[in-house]
Amino acid sequence: MGADSYGRWLPGAYLSGGTSSFTDFLAAAAPELLPAAPAAAAWAVTSDPGTPGSLARDLPHGTTIVAAACDGGVVMAGDRRATMGHMISQRDIEKVFRSDEFSAIGFAGVAGVGIELVRLFQVELEHYEKLEGHALSLDGKANRLASMVRGNIGGAMQGLVAVPLFCGYDEDTGVGRIFSYDVSGGRQEEHRFDAVGSGSIFARNSLKKLYADGMGVADTVLACMHALYDAADDDTATGGPDLSRRIYPVIATITAEGFERLTDEQAGQYARAVVESRMSAPDGPPAALHQPG
Amino acid sequence: MPFYVSPEQAMKDKADYARKAITRIRSGVVIACEAGILFIAPNPSRALRKFSEIYDRIAFAAVGRYNEFERLRQAGVRYADLTGFQYDRQDVTARGLANYYAQLLGTFFTDSPKPYEVEIVVAEVGKTADDDQIYRITFDGSVADEHGFVVMGGQADQVAAALKDRYRDAMTLEEAFTVAISALAGPAKGEGAAGGDRSEITGAHLEVALLDRGRPHRTFRRLTGARLEGLLAEAAGGRKAEAAGGRKTEAIAGERTGKAGESAGPAGEDPAGSTE
Repeated sequence: MGADSYGRWLPGAYLSGGTSSFTDFLAAAAPELLPAAPAAAAWAVTSDPGTPGSLARDLPHGTTIVAAACDGGVVMAGDRRATMGHMISQRDIEKVFRSDEFSAIGFAGVAGVGIELVRLFQVELEHYEKLEGHALSLDGKANRLASMVRGNIGGAMQGLVAVPLFCGYDEDTGVGRIFSYDVSGGRQEEHRFDAVGSGSIFARNSLKKLYADGMGVADTVLACMHALYDAADDDTATGGPDLSRRIYPVIATITAEGFERLTDEQAGQYARAVVESRMSAPDGPPAALHQPG
Repeated sequence: MPFYVSPEQAMKDKADYARKAITRIRSGVVIACEAGILFIAPNPSRALRKFSEIYDRIAFAAVGRYNEFERLRQAGVRYADLTGFQYDRQDVTARGLANYYAQLLGTFFTDSPKPYEVEIVVAEVGKTADDDQIYRITFDGSVADEHGFVVMGGQADQVAAALKDRYRDAMTLEEAFTVAISALAGPAKGEGAAGGDRSEITGAHLEVALLDRGRPHRTFRRLTGARLEGLLAEAAGGRKAEAAGGRKTEAIAGERTGKAGESAGPAGEDPAGSTE
């Protein structure tokens, strides 16, 4: 059966037994829909030869995402700010998403690239599950995401960088796991906690002091909220909880019960608690020190 | 040795061939109820499914040759996911998918030497029962817009006739299940091809799925294990009572429905309970 035997609307790719990957199917059936856009990115390099990617820098960028494993699951949280150079382009952007029943994905970097990556990844997981009749393993999902990140390396080289942070509940072992990526698609499994984005250094260091093994879900959510607060404290591109506008970080928990996003009200309670505690201790809760001997 | 066959004859032969194959297999039922749209078919295999999820509120049901309808199912998932990715999730509709299948099957029917020996149903569960959409697509690509219930394959006319007597709007899940099971089981005596002996329907030999009206996002659920056994036990109870009540039950049920809106209670249940 030739590819064109049923006209444009009925291409052979739909009926071939081949792949369970939506990305591969898109590449065969409708390559123009794939998010790779290096041709459009060319201007990012050529417009200002002195500083490659200078225009890319003026695109909306998402900033800080943190993830931390907890007892029987994992928590992911992201601030709500998008920046465009020195400007705030959006106060309530969402950068943490449900990727399927037992996993979540967040991204940092150029918002357009990141959101498209997330959208494609969501369809990818669901597509596989529907065609095969069962979901991918957590490692399988993480590896699939790695190759999708690698697919954007052309754009990344020209300044259109977005890297995801992926976490999920491993149904086989009953624990939460976290995976981080670099622009070349390198996949690293992170233990305990990790962060990506411009404020990630501060967030990670904050979690370093606040995180304890075996923390419950609520404590982990609180620790993540503190970490985002610390990131916003020192990084201009990360937004803190905006109490006056009622814009709070997006917080997702993934446990045996599946993905759950905290409601604005629930996230607001954590945010207000953190802001309240910072009124008396602006640098956050101190870590316990133990003198030797 | 080439010889002439008129187009009429060729089409008729193909249609007869496909129709004969489809009547040989066992029927499946798609039935709308309050809880959503219910899919029931005898299926001894746990791996080779007749019902599957296509999209958030859309499911696919098929009977016939497995490799053929599995191919169609995969094409449908690809069509739906591509449409949803290109536009938006709400732009994937059962009507669009039914048209797509009609195109595919119509083309196969005319172009290929052997038509697909399948009968498929595309169903979309709405926010209310009025918004439900059920389309039946046959081997030659013709589409029918159905209301309430559809019987696919086998002695479809007999099963549909049995369903028609018992079907009402806004049945509960349990009622719809009971109605469908007894229609599939067919008349208790004779008619081996229709579905055979009632006693052979057990959870292990049944594939049951539901497009759950109340669920957000992806609404397709398979009903298995304890849930299915519970439904079966209830259905068996209902049928036994019905058999015992015989004509009396029917008469009361008829009377009830005759009174229309007055008694909103489920017509089949009360009399059955009182005769036990």
